[in-house]
Amino acid sequence: MTLANLQRNWPVVALIVALLVGAAAPLALGMSAPGFYFEVLLGGLMSGVLYSLVALGFVLIFKASGVFNFAQGAMVLFAALSLARLSEHMPLAVAFICAVAIMAVLAWVIERLVLRHLVNQDAVVLLMATLGVTYFLDGFGQLAWGSDIYTINTGLPKTPVMVLERVFEGGILINTEDFVAAAVAALLVLALALFFQKTPTGRALRAVADDHQAAQSIGIPLSRIWVIVWTVAGFVALVAGMVWGSKLGVQFSLSLIAMKALPVVILGGFTSVPGAIIGGLIIGVGEKFAEVFLGPIMVKQFDLAGGGIENWFAYVLALVFLLVRPEGLFGEKHIDRV
Amino acid sequence: MSGRKIGEEILDVADISLSFGGVKALQNISFNVREHEIRAIIGPNGAGKSSMLNVVNGVYAPQQGRITFQGKVRGHMDPHDAAAAGIGRTFQSLALFKGMSVLDNMMTGRNLRMRTGVLSQAIHLGFARREELRHREFVEHIIDFLEIQAYRKTAVGRLPYGLQKRVDLGRALAMEPKLLLLDEPMAGMNLEEKEDMCRFVLDTNDEFGTTIVLIEHDMGVVMDISDRVVVLDYGKKIGDGTPDEVRSSQAVIDAYLGVAH
Repeated sequence: MTLANLQRNWPVVALIVALLVGAAAPLALGMSAPGFYFEVLLGGLMSGVLYSLVALGFVLIFKASGVFNFAQGAMVLFAALSLARLSEHMPLAVAFICAVAIMAVLAWVIERLVLRHLVNQDAVVLLMATLGVTYFLDGFGQLAWGSDIYTINTGLPKTPVMVLERVFEGGILINTEDFVAAAVAALLVLALALFFQKTPTGRALRAVADDHQAAQSIGIPLSRIWVIVWTVAGFVALVAGMVWGSKLGVQFSLSLIAMKALPVVILGGFTSVPGAIIGGLIIGVGEKFAEVFLGPIMVKQFDLAGGGIENWFAYVLALVFLLVRPEGLFGEKHIDRV
Repeated sequence: MSGRKIGEEILDVADISLSFGGVKALQNISFNVREHEIRAIIGPNGAGKSSMLNVVNGVYAPQQGRITFQGKVRGHMDPHDAAAAGIGRTFQSLALFKGMSVLDNMMTGRNLRMRTGVLSQAIHLGFARREELRHREFVEHIIDFLEIQAYRKTAVGRLPYGLQKRVDLGRALAMEPKLLLLDEPMAGMNLEEKEDMCRFVLDTNDEFGTTIVLIEHDMGVVMDISDRVVVLDYGKKIGDGTPDEVRSSQAVIDAYLGVAH
């Protein structure tokens, strides 16, 4: 980045600096022991990875079809429910494959019944359609699979492990399962990025995202592209659902996680896969830090009843980003010739 | 025109009528296009020229009439089917993939000719990679042909208008269409750009043997490059023939210059 570039983008730079300072402050000011600090950091990163996974589903569909898929959260819930209930009767691996198939069928049905009839309509129309899909999926999922709380047993040890005991006093407690989840997410992201940038199908997906009509007239089959992208998004939803579900149990509140992914995509940019990841991490770490370190200070200073920053921090951050950089950290800036 | 041989009829449009609600965009239009021909459609604004192209290309379904392409009568067809049958087109208002590079834009034109599936592409199998290279070679040939080598990696949205028009033509050519529909390929261009575009259209017709149907407002251009001309006015056909015949037709002169009532 050149100096002139830096000067032009100073609000973004200032915001990033502020975030970094905020992140380093607790340790620098000696507010917390290093061990505890890193535990909070890791905890934040882990939940950030999970936000990223959900955000990724949003980005995929938005990138490939220009549709803001409100139903992503419902898809996470539906996928997790399918996996949880199927795994009661068969090994998890088999249940996973069946769940992938279910999500593929779902993608096909959505294309057939909803998207196909709305080609070349306004983005708002498509958004409303996905809103409908959301409610349908929420209801249908519970109708088909039940509405209790179910568990997904991934077979990974849930017991925390103590690491780096030699480095810090008290070491750091981490969860094996969380680590595996993070690795899976990283792999998934890498694969998707390559798929989009390097394969002809990825190129066709980007073409469809850019201009439906032009894509059709050069012979890109819109319906097939949409099925592919919704299937991929369904797959991502399944992975997200599995990870969340095994951590928190599969229940209706899973579909509300999508609401947390919204600030993530605003932060990272609607069209950027890496943006979804980094946005997720920033939000995850940010809200944990805000809750643990900023919360007590605010409670003391302003004599508040309690913290609860975790619940709104992400949205405030997203709001600030909308003000200084509406296209998000990595989003495509629209270049319009006038 | 030089060594080009005009062949058999490739497209026959018979008795086409298209209306939107009460607006009759096209009324009983019939004309044909022969192989290797450059056929122009002209007419005042709102004459139904673009609608005519959209019917051939499958964007609109006419209420009445029959279209025969390469000896086969077409049933209902959407733009994707038309593309698969070998009909390529460019757009009056550019419809390029603005965020993508020139090269990627043109590679999308090869989509129909790619045989490998999503999965083999995803795991980057050898044959999928070889196929990609083969198509890349073809597209490079077109890039050379259109003299846009220098902009290969540039995002299309950043190019000046005249060059974008060229990329639009290139993307259509990458499909290796048998019939190419050009919707005002020279609109909004300066003289020099127009001359370039004319040359590309003529060379396309010459080198690739592509049959071309084009809409154009610039009479000089139309009379220079087309073999035969269809004239539309208010959705009706008022003239059809060689440039000379059309130029001397009273109905055409009236439509363009107005008649004293």
